[in-house]
Amino acid sequence: MPQTQTAWTTASRGAPSRFDLIALLLVVGLLAFLAEGSRGVLAPLTTIEASPVDLNPWHLPEYAARSTLRMLVAMLVSLLFTFTYATWAAKSERAGRILVPMLDVLQSVPILVFLSVTYFWFMSLAPGRIIGAELAVLFGLFTSQAWNMAFSFYQSLRTVPTELTEAARSFRLSGWATFWRLEVPFAMPPLIWNMMMSMSGGWFFVVATEAFTVGTRTVTLPGMGAYIALAIERKDLAAVGWAILAMLVVILLYDQLLFRPLVAWADRFRFEQEPGSIPPRSWMLEAMGKSILVARLLRTMRRTWRQVGAAFTAAPGLPRLESPTHARRLDLAAVIAVALLLVLAAWETHKALIVGLTAHEFGVVLGLGALTTLRVFVLILLASLVWVPIGVWIGLRPEVARIAQPVAQFMAAFPSNLLFPVFVAAIVRWKLNADVWLSPLMILGTQWYILFNVIAGASSMPGEMRQVATNLGVRGWLWWRRVALPAVLPFYVTGALTASGGSWNASIVAEVASWGDEHLEAAGLGAYIASASNAGDPHRLALGAVVMILYVLAINRLLWRPLYYFAERKYRLN
Amino acid sequence: MNANLKPIPGSEALLEVAHAFKSFPKGDGGELLVLDDVSLTVRAGEIVGLLGRSGSGKSTLLRLIAGLAEPSSGDVHYLGNRVAGPAAGIAMVFQSFALFPWLTVYENVTLGLEALHVPRDEIRRRSLQAIDLIGLDGFESAYPRELSGGMRQRVGFARALVVHPNILLMDEPFSALDVLTAENLRSDFLELWSDGRLPIKGVVLVTHNIEEAVQMCDRILVFATNPGRIVTTIEVTIPRPRDRLDPEFHALVERIYVEMTAKPGRGTTPRVERVAGTGIDTVLPRVSSNILSGLIETVAAQPFGGKADLPEIASELQLEIDDLFPVAESLQMLRFAEVEGGDLKLTADGLAFAGAESDERKRLFARHLLAQVPLAAHIRRVLDERASHAAPKSRFLDELEDHMSPESAEQTLRAIVSWARYAEVFAYDDETTMFSLENPT
Repeated sequence: MPQTQTAWTTASRGAPSRFDLIALLLVVGLLAFLAEGSRGVLAPLTTIEASPVDLNPWHLPEYAARSTLRMLVAMLVSLLFTFTYATWAAKSERAGRILVPMLDVLQSVPILVFLSVTYFWFMSLAPGRIIGAELAVLFGLFTSQAWNMAFSFYQSLRTVPTELTEAARSFRLSGWATFWRLEVPFAMPPLIWNMMMSMSGGWFFVVATEAFTVGTRTVTLPGMGAYIALAIERKDLAAVGWAILAMLVVILLYDQLLFRPLVAWADRFRFEQEPGSIPPRSWMLEAMGKSILVARLLRTMRRTWRQVGAAFTAAPGLPRLESPTHARRLDLAAVIAVALLLVLAAWETHKALIVGLTAHEFGVVLGLGALTTLRVFVLILLASLVWVPIGVWIGLRPEVARIAQPVAQFMAAFPSNLLFPVFVAAIVRWKLNADVWLSPLMILGTQWYILFNVIAGASSMPGEMRQVATNLGVRGWLWWRRVALPAVLPFYVTGALTASGGSWNASIVAEVASWGDEHLEAAGLGAYIASASNAGDPHRLALGAVVMILYVLAINRLLWRPLYYFAERKYRLN
Repeated sequence: MNANLKPIPGSEALLEVAHAFKSFPKGDGGELLVLDDVSLTVRAGEIVGLLGRSGSGKSTLLRLIAGLAEPSSGDVHYLGNRVAGPAAGIAMVFQSFALFPWLTVYENVTLGLEALHVPRDEIRRRSLQAIDLIGLDGFESAYPRELSGGMRQRVGFARALVVHPNILLMDEPFSALDVLTAENLRSDFLELWSDGRLPIKGVVLVTHNIEEAVQMCDRILVFATNPGRIVTTIEVTIPRPRDRLDPEFHALVERIYVEMTAKPGRGTTPRVERVAGTGIDTVLPRVSSNILSGLIETVAAQPFGGKADLPEIASELQLEIDDLFPVAESLQMLRFAEVEGGDLKLTADGLAFAGAESDERKRLFARHLLAQVPLAAHIRRVLDERASHAAPKSRFLDELEDHMSPESAEQTLRAIVSWARYAEVFAYDDETTMFSLENPT
């Protein structure tokens, strides 16, 4: 079932532990450090003139290809991160204690904040060259993709069936061989679903970051995002239309050529097949399976891979079990390292946030955060009122669901910020209240998570259970209250929390918008962060970022996580 | 038999199904007939059993009676009124229990009364009464996930009985339970029924368990498959409580086995005909070569010595008829055994197979497979004729789909692949979906 994965089954439940606080401080310290550091490198940068973007739609395939390439590279980096970070967290009890909560905090950091605070640092790596900007965008994309993938992989590693692990050990497979022959295949299906989810998110950020303004500089990297930014500047609705069309084609191709084959291929790794479920199929995969060229290529790749593996396996002295004294020494080293990092993080946080922070400003930012929270909740509520009944209706009709489900997923993958100009143009045209009318943009792209999760929930309801309700004559409100809503609740919560997280991320782009020289701004934390970023003010940027992290963490911990566990425990079938 | 409600011959029927047909649309635009001209009557005081293998349409028939589905033609009448949509007074117990996991035992039971807008006091009184009757007191506040299978099905019964239905429909209610629990629940139910303590007048029981049918029913309608239809009706007059060790009980079970494995006759076309068919239009069951070998070995060994009584094998090996019959039919199709009069008798080659070593067994199996199963011979011939000695799966799938539904075609190909792999007569690669003569390297 295409259900969003959440990390929370692995993260600690209940009250935050000291490790959560350590993780929070480490992440905030890192952000503060980067934000502060960016001030120093502002000066030596020369203005970068990238190859100018052209609004001629014939250039769109090239721009789309460039954006797609960025996504792919970021995905490779994310996979590398997943295989190392998550493996480390899963294999080492000690490391896991701090790495897992860190991941949880990192997941709550708005993506564009990562980009804002790291932009100049990356630019300083290659002064005056476009490669710095490329690296910065790549890093931003990486932060939008990596966390949930790592979480999914970590969770899989922790749940490899004991019997399989024991079998691997009894055959004396090396750690390297166990990883590739058992653990990675076992983790593959959920990992691929998470990669798809990450991709959906990634399109949004690739559009948002290719034309990025920090301080007085706007750096433009040729791509879909830069194209749409120029279209907005020139008030060219036709160009906006072309961009939307191009994006639809790109996502469709991506889905058909990359992900559908991957999903169909990964199906073989599913540990338990539910009887009667139809295995996913892909024409692309079937076509490739018949090609002799592909077969030959795969054989060569396999042979090379085996040689690499053999080299690793043959390498002597890889300690499989740590001796107690060795472990104690490692423990001590780890504690010292974390303590040092904590002191550094505290110092950076102090420098960036506490010094010069007035209670008044802190209060103002908290208030703005409350405004954005209100927006997110009202929007989730409205979207739920619309999509839950529709989702249930669709989910109970398999023939409709077969068509609607991929459409909903497709909509979720479509970067909604491509559609923003259309709305903003309308707001400008009819002089609507920006505080109210900019808000829907936040949920434009994320509402689909609610829809397709509810569809998945309703369609997974057993036929006999529906027949009981019919047989007993349960109808109307009683039916919704006792049958339909409880049945979809666990799925709905998953959808709603994904939508909520996505909306927070979108707020930085959605609360400020322009159309040509008209600038609209809605009061809120997203707009605060965006303006701090535009002004190149590291102090306000760090403050806004930290407050947003705190809001997101608090809402997750106080609302979504308890609700998720409640729904899982009480309402999940079986 | 229910003491208060003895069926009076000619008395007004509780339920009447007249010439019901039901078909479902197939993928290719055709229609799949699952119920073929089925008629039945249920009178007050009767337990009527619908006995058949899976796919004989008995569950579909139950859903027509419940008003959960509409017959394609024909009528269902309940107390003289035509059933159109779910009728009040007909309640159902499901194989999977179908309890709502988010409702407690008490809330699950009250749901039907809430739907009827019964006053609160009465909901409480009747629910507690039903919970008490069915032996669930003390479990009112438990959630289904906290209960064992047997207790869950008791909730299923309580939920159906609390609305005081005239007719209780039971869709294989004991088949998801282990043997002991099922027996316990059955005898509890029969005791309440015989004492007249259940608020119901008639029962329709769907089952594929012959002994269960004989133990519980006053009348058993035996169904055949493809399409589902009633082949025979058996009145059970053994007095209650019935003892499984009673010779009369045993004789009746034996008789039903014979009926269900009978060769075609009297103008009907039961499935044995299709098994012995000559074309590639035969739907093959998915039976692994291990089970085939296992049954041959069991029948060849003592105490059977080459010929075994099907009910005896079934109880010896703890097999349901849905497990046993396809194996017996496959052996018959491969000419390793004959099924007649409720007995399974090994042929000369069947006995030879039982005594042979692995390689010799494979040779025997290959010979019989190519000689007796036209589809295997057909695929082998196509592969032999082609220069590449390879052919795509779709080629045979298309051919099969001219004769059967896509699902059956898929199942048939899987079955033939599994047998062919054992016999090593051809190979199949699931990655490329190609049949070939090569053995995988």
